[in-house]
Amino acid sequence: MASVETLTREDVLIKEQGFNDHFHDHHHGDKYQTGFLGHYVFSMDHKVIARQFLITGIFWAVVGAAMSIIFRLQLGFPEESMAWLKPLLGKWIEVTDGVGKLSPEFYYALVTMHGTILVFFVLTAGLSGTFSNLLIPLQLGARDMASPFLNMLSYWFFFMAGMVMLYSLFISTGPFSGGWTAYPPLSALPQASQGSGSGMTLWLVSLTLFVVSVLLGGINYITTVLNLRTKGMSLFRMPLTIWAFFVTAVIGVLSFPVLASGFFMLIFDRSLGTSFFLNEIFIGGQALDRVGGSAILYQHLFWFLGHPEVYIIILPAMGIVSEVLSVHARKPIFGYTAMILSILAIAFLSFIVWAHHMFMSGVNPFISNFFVVFTLIIAVPSAIKVFNWITTLYGGNIRLNTAMLYAIGFISMFISGGLTGIFLGNSAIDIQLHDTYFVVAHFHIVMGVAAFFGMFAGIYHWYPKMYSRFMDETLGKVHFWLTMVGAYLVFWPMHYIGMAGVPRRYYSFDTFDAFKHFDTLNKFITIAAIIVFIGQLIFVVNFFYSIWKGKKMTTQNPYGATTLEWTTPIEPIHGNWPGNLPTVHRWAYDYNKDEREFVTQVEPAKEGEVVDH
Amino acid sequence: MNYLIGLLIFTLIIVILLQVSKISQVAAKIRGEEEVAMQRNNNTAFWMMVFMIVFLLGTVFSAYYYKDSMLGYGPWASSSEHGSEIDSMFNITLILTGIVFIITHILTFWYSYKYRQAKGNKPIFLAHDTKLELIWTAIPAVAMAFLVAKGLVVWNNVMTDLDPTENYVEIEATGYQFAWDVRYGGKDGRVGNKDFRLIDLASNSLGIDFTDTLSQDDILLGGSDKIVLPVDTMVRVAITSKDVLHNFYLPHFRVKMDAVPGLPTYFSFKPTKTTQQMRKELSKYPEWNEPYDPKDPEGPKRWEAFEYELACAELCGKGHYSMRRVIEIVDRDTYKAWIAEKQPFYLTNIRGTDLDPLKDKRLLPSEIKMRNTELNKLVYDAVNAVNDSASTATTIRFKNVYYETGSAGLESDSYFELDHMAGLLNKYSNVKVEVSGHTDNVGDSAANRELSRQRAQSVVNRLVQKGISADRMVVVGYGDSRPAETNDTEEGRATNRRTELRVISKS
Repeated sequence: MASVETLTREDVLIKEQGFNDHFHDHHHGDKYQTGFLGHYVFSMDHKVIARQFLITGIFWAVVGAAMSIIFRLQLGFPEESMAWLKPLLGKWIEVTDGVGKLSPEFYYALVTMHGTILVFFVLTAGLSGTFSNLLIPLQLGARDMASPFLNMLSYWFFFMAGMVMLYSLFISTGPFSGGWTAYPPLSALPQASQGSGSGMTLWLVSLTLFVVSVLLGGINYITTVLNLRTKGMSLFRMPLTIWAFFVTAVIGVLSFPVLASGFFMLIFDRSLGTSFFLNEIFIGGQALDRVGGSAILYQHLFWFLGHPEVYIIILPAMGIVSEVLSVHARKPIFGYTAMILSILAIAFLSFIVWAHHMFMSGVNPFISNFFVVFTLIIAVPSAIKVFNWITTLYGGNIRLNTAMLYAIGFISMFISGGLTGIFLGNSAIDIQLHDTYFVVAHFHIVMGVAAFFGMFAGIYHWYPKMYSRFMDETLGKVHFWLTMVGAYLVFWPMHYIGMAGVPRRYYSFDTFDAFKHFDTLNKFITIAAIIVFIGQLIFVVNFFYSIWKGKKMTTQNPYGATTLEWTTPIEPIHGNWPGNLPTVHRWAYDYNKDEREFVTQVEPAKEGEVVDH
Repeated sequence: MNYLIGLLIFTLIIVILLQVSKISQVAAKIRGEEEVAMQRNNNTAFWMMVFMIVFLLGTVFSAYYYKDSMLGYGPWASSSEHGSEIDSMFNITLILTGIVFIITHILTFWYSYKYRQAKGNKPIFLAHDTKLELIWTAIPAVAMAFLVAKGLVVWNNVMTDLDPTENYVEIEATGYQFAWDVRYGGKDGRVGNKDFRLIDLASNSLGIDFTDTLSQDDILLGGSDKIVLPVDTMVRVAITSKDVLHNFYLPHFRVKMDAVPGLPTYFSFKPTKTTQQMRKELSKYPEWNEPYDPKDPEGPKRWEAFEYELACAELCGKGHYSMRRVIEIVDRDTYKAWIAEKQPFYLTNIRGTDLDPLKDKRLLPSEIKMRNTELNKLVYDAVNAVNDSASTATTIRFKNVYYETGSAGLESDSYFELDHMAGLLNKYSNVKVEVSGHTDNVGDSAANRELSRQRAQSVVNRLVQKGISADRMVVVGYGDSRPAETNDTEEGRATNRRTELRVISKS
């Protein structure tokens, strides 16, 4: 605990004007923090759970990225022998005459696992799991989550989901290989593909556990935001991070159960002889006696989650970026209210655009008209956000540290990837671009790379609040430039390949005259991907190195930020604030107002001062 | 070993970077933290500008370099009518988004550079500006409205199904793991029903329902045959799948539609360039003048080997990447000649075999129709050949005339052919004919002759009934005296049992 000499202005304000909830009267000896298991493993402290989510997410990110390197090797260097991977992949490398070939079955398994892991385990759990947990109580002035126990369960369900998925990598028929969207009938019929056997069963079990995790977490975030805000923290004084996490949680709670229902029907079709998604199928030399279902029904259920899911991924990144930009530009975020409204508009629209993934799936073309309209409307709130971020930079005093670089990089990625969405959302153009590398380029930039950039901005920025130390800036900048340049070199050329009509999910392009003339570009992409992957290992080293060896945090509020997490002690404690809870007197963005570089939220308004904007 | 070297190099790089970091931290302590921070900030800002310039130039130049892969340009211009509209939609969007892309990127990086931290900087307090915000809400809204309106016009034009009474060529593509089967509508131009329960991999791999008259004339392409289609003609592809999802994708024609088991889909398009025209166009581009097979520099050039291709664009299992078929677009006359040579699958492979669901039915409407067309020509030729004594064209054999066993009575199935013949004799009212009966050499010769005469008489009776004057017809029973084939085999004897009509004179 801070000694009397180092009391900051904020400490004094909280002590004198804060809200006494008698927390520490009831928590003598702090039963949560006793023992190794209680503290580090089955912890109910939101800050520990946040770090658990983050480190698990990093593990999965490395696994998922390594998979992409293996299938990129196949695409970039199809002639080269992969026999050297035999020790790792075993029978999935078929060696004839000393030349090792990746089996097509496993190629598709890798593609599928890469998608599933990155979308769900890294960019959903790793991103919003980490930062919602860390920041919601800290920035709202709460002692912890509304239900610390459910919060712990949320992590452990995620952990179990991961274990089941990990196990599926090692079974003899291999993991699921029908694409992360798992469209039936391919995913419903074990006779359609090796990976649709036990691998698919495990995939469904794993993701069902994952849905439970998301729901437990989401309910908790929503409850905490609605009920545990400290005195004075009205909804429209919350930092944009919290708005983003809150809306993300709402979207998740509304959409994940729909996915679960789709999964249950799929499980029934696979195991109980129903035919929700099966109709008029002749496979394995036999006509299937189950008829009357619709394969497209699954796609509706999947994308009713699937589309909100991309906003579940990108909204937290947007929130983090808004906060980081404002802090390091030393300016209020531009258009705070417009930012909130556009988050709400995006969230609402995200529920009525799902069929834009299905323009070419055989749904009635007339229905597509509505989905085109709603889809392209999303460009408006998205554009507002971009303009607001750029205007936040305008006239600032910008600290270009690693967190800020990632926030700025996020803007660039979001613009590049968002604009290509305007092509794909227009059904007429989608006829040609659907399921080509153009789509791969689009979603990787806008929700893969951009979301990672938001995540990195958050990690570099709030690392001191997790480990009381800073990450190494030199390694951080090397990491940034490798990632920024590398990610564009990987994904930008894919636009050209996609415009030329090359379909995604191809094991080899040699069969087709129209697709096989991009070998140079494919080599280039693979090499760039390997470099980016090595760049991420630098991050991993930096992350773990800095936990023990990073520069120590010596002041409570090193960035001069206004939000409440920077009024907590340097060494985190259970309950977050040693005495009273802070009370809030103003919005979160008073930077360089009235000759003061920053004014924290706990500072009471002067007479006649306008405190909300 | 390789793993180890890689790991060593990586560790070394990390150690070096950490040392650099330590040195700069020490240096910062010596020179003053703040000043060093400013210096670093300046450097980073400088590199931000460098990045922006290289990045923007890179995007523009790479787009120019790959212009031949861009929709609507050069060799990658669409080969279908609606495809050109899609290409122009693409390019309108490309221009609009391109402008936004460049402006927003310049602002993002220029502001990051210009407003980098510096001593004495006075950041402005700018929380919002309603006017500005309204402007930049309105601009994208208007732009989107424009793109939506234009896009939907194109979309609805492309996707509206054809009126079945319209003139178009219909084919059906059926995807399965891992190939496509293609069926043509045949003479009636429409593909008939099928049912997955009728699938028999050896004889009827599509499960065609042969009781549907539309199916009976359908033509099935062999597994490696080119899919030939006429230029400048509407083509409607009925798209189906047997097992899992597939996607019927013709990249050159901007055609793409999922094949869903149990849910037929379609896509209609009009090819505008034949394969030959396309090859000629491609020969203008240097990259298309490279050898098709790099290992065989003397072999055909890329443009000479060019083919339109059909691919699968929906993940369907481990062979997804190999579902290729070649499409050949030809001029209309070539198409007509090509399709005329194709035999209906049912008639050549199924009709009359044990697999034929209609084997109890001697004559199908389509067969009667085909025979009538055939008779029109035969009679026309016979009438014209009447003065040429050397010609055999004057003799026409009745194919579908059936007698009750051992008697001369006609079965009713014979009326289709005889009644049509009556119509033709009415048309050519100036000819006289001989109707003759023939048998094989089994049994008593005299009895044979009598039976054959009686049978010829039955035919004449039917013709008289249908209004042909009896004095235009001569009845003869040749018995076994004029065999058309050897009587030593069963096939030969069957051929010899026949009734014929010969045009004997024309006045």
